[in-house]
Amino acid sequence: MRCTKCTTKAVIGLPRHNAAFCRPCFTEFVHDQVARAIKSERMFGREDRILVAVSGGKDSLALWHILLKLGYRADALYVDLGIPAYSAKSREKVQRFAETTAHDHGATLCIHTVKEAEGAGIRELSMLVHRPTCSTCGTIKRYQFNRAAVEQDYDVMATGHNLDDEAARLLGNILHWQVEYLDKQGPSLPASVEGFAKKVKPLYRLSEREIAAYAVLNRIDYIVEECPMAKGSKMLLYKDVLNRLETESPGTKQRFYWGFLDQERLSRGTSSMLEKDRSALQPCSTCGQPTTAHICSYCRMIARAKAGASS
Amino acid sequence: MKVRLCHPERDIEIKGPKRVKELLRDLSLVQEAHLVIRGDDLVTEDEMLKDDDLVEIRPVISGGERG
Repeated sequence: MRCTKCTTKAVIGLPRHNAAFCRPCFTEFVHDQVARAIKSERMFGREDRILVAVSGGKDSLALWHILLKLGYRADALYVDLGIPAYSAKSREKVQRFAETTAHDHGATLCIHTVKEAEGAGIRELSMLVHRPTCSTCGTIKRYQFNRAAVEQDYDVMATGHNLDDEAARLLGNILHWQVEYLDKQGPSLPASVEGFAKKVKPLYRLSEREIAAYAVLNRIDYIVEECPMAKGSKMLLYKDVLNRLETESPGTKQRFYWGFLDQERLSRGTSSMLEKDRSALQPCSTCGQPTTAHICSYCRMIARAKAGASS
Repeated sequence: MKVRLCHPERDIEIKGPKRVKELLRDLSLVQEAHLVIRGDDLVTEDEMLKDDDLVEIRPVISGGERG
């Protein structure tokens, strides 16, 4: 297989683009896709301070790497979930990347340790509140990333969600007709109310396989092992189904997710979410972060965990 | 050839020569969910793997919540 751009030996074929690339041309392709996402979705500008949510996995470390290479001002936050063995390993990957790569670009890493701040690791917390670990993890990470971005005056928070993540989430939401979640599926969510950071997903144009390839080709040392808590998750099942379709019919995932984004834009416009958020959200009476309820889901969860621990 | 698999990590022996595409098919692995790595580099689906090659088949899919 030959590189579509320069005809040297290719290292990866991309059936959905009917293309193949050598190492330098593939890196350029990935950077172009991210630059296009940032521009078309008006994610951020050169002067903006970006907080990248990193986990030690390929997507978030590749995102941090790409943003720094493209010349953006991107720091990172890592949330240590206290998962035995796994968290220590992923934390080490993030710290090493920060020291060897990010530091040269003047970028810094912040670490939030769940066990210190919330009093228990993710597994104990989810048992205390009787919720699946992935959902507890999501609540904590969303809360802490948003809090750090707002408190430290970042202009925008960036996550490593990729095309596979978004297509799988869309499939799950549609299968269960959870239409109320659909307007949060865009790649750029505005800071709709005070206390909410703007959130963007600059990797939404790239598949999980393309991002893993970028990480391997650019020698990014990431944690390959799957999070032990995600075993058997519905997301993995949806991704498997979509990847079987993709292998048979290249371009399925992008047609599904990008097509949804086009429909959304046509039918709703950009102002609907802002209006909805502004009318539905109020400050949490405990912590002040925006919530639809009197007390936000994070504070409710921590209160339940404390009550469970003392009973 | 020696093929290293993940989740759980293990090595298996497969008779070469064999194309990457055929190797994945023989192991019932979906191409879109895996990368094939030889040494430090990725190999494309049409590449012929030799009997004395050492390759890693790395899954690229992760689940659960993110960010």
